[in-house]
Amino acid sequence: MQVPILKQGDYLIASVQAVLTDTDLLELRDRLTEQVGTYRARAVIIDLTVLDVMDSFATRTLRALAQSLRLRGAATVIVGIQPDVAFAMTQLGLQLGSVATALDLEEGLELLRRQERRGGSHVR
Amino acid sequence: MSDDLRLPIKSDADVVTARQQGRELAARLGFGECELTLIATAISEVARNIVEYAGRGEVVLSLTDVNNSPGIIVVARDEGPGIPNLELALRDGYSTHGSLGLGLPGARRLMDEFEIVSEVGKGTTVTMKKWLPRHTMRFPLSPRR
Ligand SMILES: Nc1ncnc2c1ncn2[C@@H]1O[C@H](COP(=O)(O)OP(=O)(O)OP(=O)(O)O)[C@@H](O)[C@H]1O
Ligand SMILES: [Mg+2]
Repeated sequence: MQVPILKQGDYLIASVQAVLTDTDLLELRDRLTEQVGTYRARAVIIDLTVLDVMDSFATRTLRALAQSLRLRGAATVIVGIQPDVAFAMTQLGLQLGSVATALDLEEGLELLRRQERRGGSHVR
Repeated sequence: MSDDLRLPIKSDADVVTARQQGRELAARLGFGECELTLIATAISEVARNIVEYAGRGEVVLSLTDVNNSPGIIVVARDEGPGIPNLELALRDGYSTHGSLGLGLPGARRLMDEFEIVSEVGKGTTVTMKKWLPRHTMRFPLSPRR
């Protein structure tokens, strides 16, 4: 199932669906990377609210995605990781590294706005 | 119990199916949302290893009730290349494919019991179990699933 990407001002918002295969995730990575260029987006929010599982593959792919978007000048914020998913990730030993996270979409947007007001350092 | 669920695994879509079926079966037993996610995540890891390293194999899901202690059994087996050094493969961060190397050791932590048998040239079988906690502790429930 293709992940819908919404354009909101300078931001792109990708709302991941419950069923996310590795292929879907790689496809999302490619489309986001491309659209950041097309729309000159300054930030990408990836909403994982309904995602059932964050495993090693998903974590590695999202981390790499955030890193490559950063090289293209866009910040990435991952939002909506549910408590049970966060708990499983921790048990598994998975870390998102320097990727910014927020509780939900609203907090993610707020985080980006705050960074922008400060004008300086980017959310990574 | 003989209501085994045999799921052929050969693509990334099968990995998703396996973890969804595992979640569903475990939910029927009464596991809480938090354990369901642990089980689904562990299944995702071992099923993905099948696709990645053996190309094809199967995941067999079943329920058990030995000595009145109910639980779910997940068997992931393949006839792939096998693992030469299990001790290494179970180590955090060990990967022959430049990945995170957390799949096997992580799945082991997520489940209550974990056993792996592998023979080079013959294949690999991972058997994992999770017991239903006596007082099912529930994580804040999300209405999403
Ligand atoms: N079913 C299998 N058949 C053959 N080799 C396997 C199998 N499962 C795991 N391995 C071997 O064991 C190593 C460790 O597996 P593990 O799942 O822990 O890490 P990974 O798959 O390399 O990385 P990650 O799962 O974190 O993305 C793998 O790199 C691979 O060499
Ligand atoms: Mg693995």
